[in-house]
Amino acid sequence: MLLQQLSDARGISGCEREVREIIEAAIDGLVDEQRVDTLGNLICLRRARRPVEGRPLKVMVAAHMDEIGLIVTGVNKDGTVRFDKVGGIDDRILLSKQVLIGQAAVPGVIGYRPIHLIARKEREAAPDLSRAAIDIGATSQSAAERLVSLGDPITFRTTYEALEPGALRCVKGKALDDRAGCAVLVELLQHDYAIDLYAVFTAQEEVGLRGARVAAYGIEPDLAFVLEGTICDDLPKGDEDTSHVTEVGKGPAITFMDRSFIADRRLVDLLVETAREEGIPYQFKKAAAGGTDAGAIHLSREGVPAVTVAVPCRNIHAPVSILSLNDLENTHRLMAAALQRIQGSLS
Amino acid sequence: MDLVAHLKELTMATGLSGYEGDVRSLVQKAWDPLVDAFETDALGNLMALKRGEPAEGTPRRAIMLAAHMDEIGLMVTGYEGGFLRFTRVGGVDLRTVLGQEVTVHGRRELIGVISSRPPHVLGEQERRTAVPTDKLFIDTGLTAEEVPHLVQVGDLVSMRRETIALAEGYLSGKAMDDRAGVATLTVCLQELSRLRHGWDVYAVATTQEELGLRGAIVSAYHTAPDAAIAVDVGFGAQVGVSDDESVEMDGGPAIAMGPNIHPSIYELLVQTAKEHEIKYQVEVAAGQTGTDAWAIQVAREGVPTGLLSVPLRYMHTSVETVCLRDIQRTGRLMARAIVALDSADVSAPML
Repeated sequence: MLLQQLSDARGISGCEREVREIIEAAIDGLVDEQRVDTLGNLICLRRARRPVEGRPLKVMVAAHMDEIGLIVTGVNKDGTVRFDKVGGIDDRILLSKQVLIGQAAVPGVIGYRPIHLIARKEREAAPDLSRAAIDIGATSQSAAERLVSLGDPITFRTTYEALEPGALRCVKGKALDDRAGCAVLVELLQHDYAIDLYAVFTAQEEVGLRGARVAAYGIEPDLAFVLEGTICDDLPKGDEDTSHVTEVGKGPAITFMDRSFIADRRLVDLLVETAREEGIPYQFKKAAAGGTDAGAIHLSREGVPAVTVAVPCRNIHAPVSILSLNDLENTHRLMAAALQRIQGSLS
Repeated sequence: MDLVAHLKELTMATGLSGYEGDVRSLVQKAWDPLVDAFETDALGNLMALKRGEPAEGTPRRAIMLAAHMDEIGLMVTGYEGGFLRFTRVGGVDLRTVLGQEVTVHGRRELIGVISSRPPHVLGEQERRTAVPTDKLFIDTGLTAEEVPHLVQVGDLVSMRRETIALAEGYLSGKAMDDRAGVATLTVCLQELSRLRHGWDVYAVATTQEELGLRGAIVSAYHTAPDAAIAVDVGFGAQVGVSDDESVEMDGGPAIAMGPNIHPSIYELLVQTAKEHEIKYQVEVAAGQTGTDAWAIQVAREGVPTGLLSVPLRYMHTSVETVCLRDIQRTGRLMARAIVALDSADVSAPML
């Protein structure tokens, strides 16, 4: 299964090759043109295959290949490995985790001071990461340096698996943000449209929407859709009146605003109308949190109408995320139907 | 036996305190070719007897070796929507479980994930504070309707962690505390099968250590040994822990001394280590050692007891890390010490 392959692949921002190669294999025969630009974006064109008057619209659909993770910043005298975070990570999720370092996937663990040696008061505070490092078993700096190098990418050691089968059909894995979007985008290349579909698998979204910016410049799209794995905070919150942002199982989440952009209303309407008419469940992302490639794309050149559609992911930006295959499939259905509705210009 | 495979099998099995059955089966299978008889008591302790061959005219005497099978973990305390609430079984640092995969031992084994909130919605203050217990949940991906059919209050939850080999003979996983100790007993029994010893050996895989040394209390009563050695794990040197608080990794077993330890057993272990050139270190425990040795010492009329600690990093997390060489050394040291008992005197009172 493609999502499984993509989730298990390792690719923090700036090191997306492994993910890109899986996608290149998956889209073989589905695209008319493809290229990889200098930042590592994979830009694919599937030309209009249905009749259209005049020039078909250039529609960019983007999903980012990179995932959050860590990077090697140093090796200590005792052979342990120092690291920094790549992308937005809550320090508190790093303790007691297994990781894989570099091309050779050297295994390591992030341990912490034993609870027995921690005062009760201190246990109420977030852990102090200056007291943690990655242990790869090396017992000296030189031994460690034979196994890892400065700048080596570090990913969580997590395996994609289906959870107990239930109504939501949940799966767990790492990097569902945004391998979910990548998987949907590959599927979208299987259909025929009256638009020139530019499927762009972007790089470096997690460190500032870097890949999408240059890809959009190169393509000059007429409009853009961004496919995401998005924030889902649907844990029980007692009486607290805070937003779940999105909820697992409620369908694709349509964003009208986040920290990086305000969606083009016409595109939001197109998605909502399509969902209603096709009987596809959908939800709105109910908080203006996070940013997506749409933030970079909509500011490209003279501006591009853009919207984001996302699969809700629990435990996003953590070692193990959870999504519902129902949501994934409904995102595909919604996007395929919406793209098929686009003819000529955007009114 | 392949020690890595043995320890992987032991650590990846589930055996929370009070529910050590699966681990016990594995231990019994591993020890079966090495011992003469097994007994299991009401608390689930596995007591294996390997008979000695005492010299003509010497009374039969027995030494108890103890390492605990149980591990810390979690237990389901309720539902909220499709999510599970939980409490700790043993000393889990709840700060280390966010984003952790677990196995919920419900009607079936379910994969679960301990939820973490999206960093995008967290305030600065929240990020600096440990997540309070009432905001921790296990997510099985099931709905509020589905969960009660598969999970009930009281179901156990274990850490779901593959044990992996690190560089230089280090191994990392959950429950090394104290399956590493159990593995030292396996090594010891293997060594003894090639040696001649006068004393009977009771190798005991104990239960419920993490909840208060309970298995050791009753198994020491039952075996009524003339001497005992407990094996547990000790704080190994690691980032964030000072030298004063820890012992050296790959430095061999830490031989304990202090009120919990009978000086003659301490001496026996130190002398044996020296004689056989087994790397060791000394650890002073001023009082309660927090190990089975504490319970065994006061069984019946008292037992001369020693304690060996296998150095271990990140105790009570799911990435507990040990050095295989320390496990081999600990097992070998015990075996040689048992042989040396024939010419030792452990009957003197404490100092």
